[in-house]
Amino acid sequence: MPFGKASSGVAPGAFLPCSNCRKTIFAAEFEANLRVCPYCGHHHRLTWQQRVDVVFDEGSFVELDTDLRSGDPLHFPDYAEKHAQAMQRTKMRDSVVSGRATLMGMPVSTAISDFHFMGGSMGSVAGEKITRAIERGAHEGIPAIVFCASGGARMQEGLLSLMQMAKTTAAVEACRSAGVPYIAVFTDPTMAGVLASYASIADVIVSEPRALIGFAGARVSKQAQVSKVPDDFQTAEFLLSHGMLDKIIERKNLRTNLASLCRLLGGHLAAVEATRG
Amino acid sequence: MAKSWKDWEKPVLELDETIRKLQAIVDKETDPERKTELSERVQDYMRRRDAYLETRYSRLGPWEKVLIARAETRPYTLDYINALCEDFVELEGDRRFAADHAIVGGPALMDGRRVMVVGHQKGRNIQERSYRNFGMAKPEGYRKAIRLFEMAERFRMPVITFVDTPAADPGVESESRGISEAIAAAMLSMFELTVPTVSTVIGEGGSGGAIGIAVANHVMMQEHAVYSVIPPEGCAAILWRAAEKGAQAAAALQLTSDSALKFGLVEEVLPEPFGGAHRDPLEAAQTVGRAIMASLERQDKLSGAELKAERAARFRRMGAYAESAVAAVLAES
Repeated sequence: MPFGKASSGVAPGAFLPCSNCRKTIFAAEFEANLRVCPYCGHHHRLTWQQRVDVVFDEGSFVELDTDLRSGDPLHFPDYAEKHAQAMQRTKMRDSVVSGRATLMGMPVSTAISDFHFMGGSMGSVAGEKITRAIERGAHEGIPAIVFCASGGARMQEGLLSLMQMAKTTAAVEACRSAGVPYIAVFTDPTMAGVLASYASIADVIVSEPRALIGFAGARVSKQAQVSKVPDDFQTAEFLLSHGMLDKIIERKNLRTNLASLCRLLGGHLAAVEATRG
Repeated sequence: MAKSWKDWEKPVLELDETIRKLQAIVDKETDPERKTELSERVQDYMRRRDAYLETRYSRLGPWEKVLIARAETRPYTLDYINALCEDFVELEGDRRFAADHAIVGGPALMDGRRVMVVGHQKGRNIQERSYRNFGMAKPEGYRKAIRLFEMAERFRMPVITFVDTPAADPGVESESRGISEAIAAAMLSMFELTVPTVSTVIGEGGSGGAIGIAVANHVMMQEHAVYSVIPPEGCAAILWRAAEKGAQAAAALQLTSDSALKFGLVEEVLPEPFGGAHRDPLEAAQTVGRAIMASLERQDKLSGAELKAERAARFRRMGAYAESAVAAVLAES
């Protein structure tokens, strides 16, 4: 599987330090290893394009909902500037990309959130794209897979952002009623308003290793004076051991595992059935 | 930046005290002439107090509303239940882990109708606050709510919720038992209902902890209640690394009832008695009760499927964005 078409501009032959263990990794090896440190196994964050490359069939991803544009309904201090800068830096229009793709031949609907765009925060546009991706799965009878990477609801859109929690939840309800499997993939980080809405009510929840996952952010927690915190608190491993996750999957196995889940849970759907070889 | 609603209510409380004392003297006075004279003075004090309240409460800023929404004298969920329900049986069990006292609920008779009531509950003194965990529910609270929602569905009872929480409990225990899942599941459970639903924000509508039990066909806010994606102090801590800039954040977040109405996120703002709900809890309750009943009357005309669809559509349309290829091109050029 080719990887790195849209990855960082690191030249082949160059090397870089792992942000977790600080060991030096050759860039080419890093990319070949799907941006997982070969020494400590740390799963570095991906852009949405890198995520597409890791998971879906080559060239199968078609982006949809591309005309959605964020507003600044509250005229929140510095929001317009921050949003414009994020657009420029990431070449994205907001923190989520949605579309259709195939996964080992199976058609799926997907939404991918990208932490590099304002911390992957969910405002009106992100909420709308996630909602549409899940609804599309429900309406078209194809599995829905949502990749989470978010600090939570986007406070710059105020209460409108909070309402995205309910809106995305309504889409999950529609998917359940339609009998279409919906899978959430937690990646580093999956937090707060995102975790407390569509992410946590998926039929199956899987996570990449060591991803930060939690309800209260570190700074907010401090405000609430949370004491006595276990070492692995708010990690994928902590959630798994507490029964809040179904499986931790290494990046290199994500594609095959997701395909198995879609095939097993979505086998009753015509679109999935048709691809059985 | 005011730290408490008492900052501006102090003169009111002093006047209240003076009026009370003077009235006691009037009541005992036997000389008719003297009695009339004193009565006039009482009337004068009352006018001065009311004039102050009127000017003060008609120009409350967002931060002041935050403080009022948090006031310990403000009526809480159980006060509304007591005022509005002829019968109420509190059911405490979540049947999973523990009793949560930050969310109360159970079947009730409201204006002669069977309803299922669920709401956050805060405490007024130190003991009560600790017992109610400051109105911050743990996963158990939301799982109890889900259990009551499901029971309401089985027994065809409208669901009435009262929202009044600073936030869901952010502690280690709550994370361990899946506070996020509990909130999401509570929202999902409300979306599944085919009975009428009404939610009222009566104090603090604190982010995920609030929306967890506020997925209703009809959502209302009391005039001085607030509803926010994040507590203003938390917002200030993240944006400016300064929790003390809560007032600034409150203004930026537009967490007041008139803003929520303007953005179409609540159907109705309920006027509060002169000087806030805490000055006349009974009148406040009657206003809330009338609005709940009016909404139930409207929702009674819809079938279960229609109610469910209306609720989903209500939230489906929420969001501020533009969508057109032309806008896209313009934005990028």
